[in-house]
Amino acid sequence: MNGKGQGGYPSARMGGGKGQENRIQKTFARLKAKGEKAFVIFITAGDPDIKTTKEIMFELEKSGADIIELGIPFSDPMADGTTIQAASERALKNGTTLNDVLKLVRDVRQKTEIPIILFGYYNPIFAYGVKRFAYSAKKAGADGVLVVDLPPEEADELKIETDKNSIDLIFLLTPTSDNARVKLVAEKASGFIYYVSVAGVTGARKNLASNLKRNINAIKRNTALPICVGFGISTREQVKKVSSIADGVVVGSAIVKLIAHSEGKKGFVKGVGSFVSNLKAATKGF
Amino acid sequence: MKIQNLPDKRGHFGIYGGRYISETLMPAVIELEKAYLKFKNDKAFKKELDYYLKEYIGRPTPLYFAERLTKKVGGAKIYLKREDLCHTGAHKINNTMGQILLAKRMGKKRIIAETGAGQHGVATATVAAMFGLECEIYMGTEDIERQKPNVFRMKLLGAKVNPVSSGSCTLKDAMNEALRDWVTNVWNTFYIIGSVAGPHPYPMMVRDFQSIIGREATAQIKNMTNRFPDFLVACVGGGSNAMGLFYPFLKDKKVKMIGVEAAGFGLKTGKHAASICAGKVGVLHGSKTYLLQDRDGQITHTHSVSAGLDYPGVGPEHSFLHDTGRIGYTAITDKEALNAFKILSLSEGIIPALESSHAVAYAMKLAKKLGKDKIIIVNLSGRGDKDLNTAAKEMGVGI
Repeated sequence: MNGKGQGGYPSARMGGGKGQENRIQKTFARLKAKGEKAFVIFITAGDPDIKTTKEIMFELEKSGADIIELGIPFSDPMADGTTIQAASERALKNGTTLNDVLKLVRDVRQKTEIPIILFGYYNPIFAYGVKRFAYSAKKAGADGVLVVDLPPEEADELKIETDKNSIDLIFLLTPTSDNARVKLVAEKASGFIYYVSVAGVTGARKNLASNLKRNINAIKRNTALPICVGFGISTREQVKKVSSIADGVVVGSAIVKLIAHSEGKKGFVKGVGSFVSNLKAATKGF
Repeated sequence: MKIQNLPDKRGHFGIYGGRYISETLMPAVIELEKAYLKFKNDKAFKKELDYYLKEYIGRPTPLYFAERLTKKVGGAKIYLKREDLCHTGAHKINNTMGQILLAKRMGKKRIIAETGAGQHGVATATVAAMFGLECEIYMGTEDIERQKPNVFRMKLLGAKVNPVSSGSCTLKDAMNEALRDWVTNVWNTFYIIGSVAGPHPYPMMVRDFQSIIGREATAQIKNMTNRFPDFLVACVGGGSNAMGLFYPFLKDKKVKMIGVEAAGFGLKTGKHAASICAGKVGVLHGSKTYLLQDRDGQITHTHSVSAGLDYPGVGPEHSFLHDTGRIGYTAITDKEALNAFKILSLSEGIIPALESSHAVAYAMKLAKKLGKDKIIIVNLSGRGDKDLNTAAKEMGVGI
């Protein structure tokens, strides 16, 4: 159906195109019908190793995760707190490359329809080749891409390619975003909007920001896209609170910490699973 | 667009520069850009900056004809732009003074900065002390070890020095940590970046504040010799002293310019910090520029005997000027720099910073190949007091 794309990469559109729902849209629609919010889990690919990441991904799905954000390790993760920095370091130490991450997605995609978002920094993607990356990500079965250090102003180079391959490019909004930025992001974003709950780096925090509801409502006035809230969320109470305000909740560092503390002990993957199912329960009944 | 009129409105120098930062910081850099554009031509701002440049920093710095060095080398005349004579001992304070005056006008109460050699940290702590603002400096643990006097200096000046022990424990990691601080405390904090690096408007703004070096040098060399120089030579880590000297001369096509990177143990060993000479284009710390990285886009560890050059990136304007061919870039090894460090001390009684020694080393090579009627200006960006421990160790001398 599709001819070759520019630069020798054929378009990876899987007979989809407009009108047909992608995995991310399907997930939000399915959850909405059930009165649930999306439970989004971040883990770093290759921590502690690719094989275990694969096991963890299946366990996450089994335990109720609705979307998986798969972190691409980077040497200089300046938006991350110490927990995810350390995970990135461990993954790089055992030689995890972007190619390995894509291969992992391809493997996992054989057996599951859970939406997978590739989450990372721009330099590894740029070094891989933006065109090649978007094509390979789609072909592997990834559904979205989120690049922390790529605000909409600089994103055209990647957006052209993700659009071509029907991958969602997900953008962040934060407590510092004014109305002009909310509008700009709403215009460029697809998939969902990732709202960063606090100004700061990733990592667990005691309290949720008090202005969360107001800020999310301000975003809702500008977009019909679902809004997921992340950064600093780790407890059942927080998940419940956020679920009452937004369309999804992202938990990252708390899970990554569990993985780090397990030191590869037998059966720890199950432990990650029960942590997830406990939190997932708090996203239901809305 | 003429090259001296860059960056464009969105902070790009050709394909380089830009704003590759997390969304949380976007409003902060936009606010900073607005403030900078408003005040850079504001009479009261300029008057205040000029006042401190003269009365506090000690500008203008001399352009000194290094007669004995010239004789010793035997070739082109070597002039030294004496930024080492600035208050705090390096060019860095030209920029920190400009930025803190801006911070004051923006109502920011807290100052943060990254530092490699400690010169920018000292220059930041100095102006923060002078204006009574809270100040925290991020510095890699390896740099803390090799730049102890500067660490003590910053503390004396009332700054909190936060050791950074992630990654390679040097300048790039200090910058990561400063960015993490900024993203957390963005409401009340002003981040004084020390080089022509980072997201727009920093590369432009730092260049503008440092351009005082080149503006003075233009007038001075004209006064002394009644003509333009043939070559400008400056060391390049991030590249602020080089942009400061070069920028006002960019439009004068006859003036050739050479940026000198750190070749460490040698470019072939892989242990160096020569981003333009041996790197690839990528994105780090807010801009697209040449970077030292592996094939997977992971930033590699760098090496230079001089902490101020030990950085895997370079200011985006340098990347652009390299590609256009307007500026040439080369690299000098640790060994050559240490040799120049000794020669300048002996021949002129001036102990240069190890960073600046890279520029001196290349200028000596270059002068030898040129006729006696030619003129080279070397930016002597800093003094070497901070490097005495490192130099003594390298020379096998105990102090």
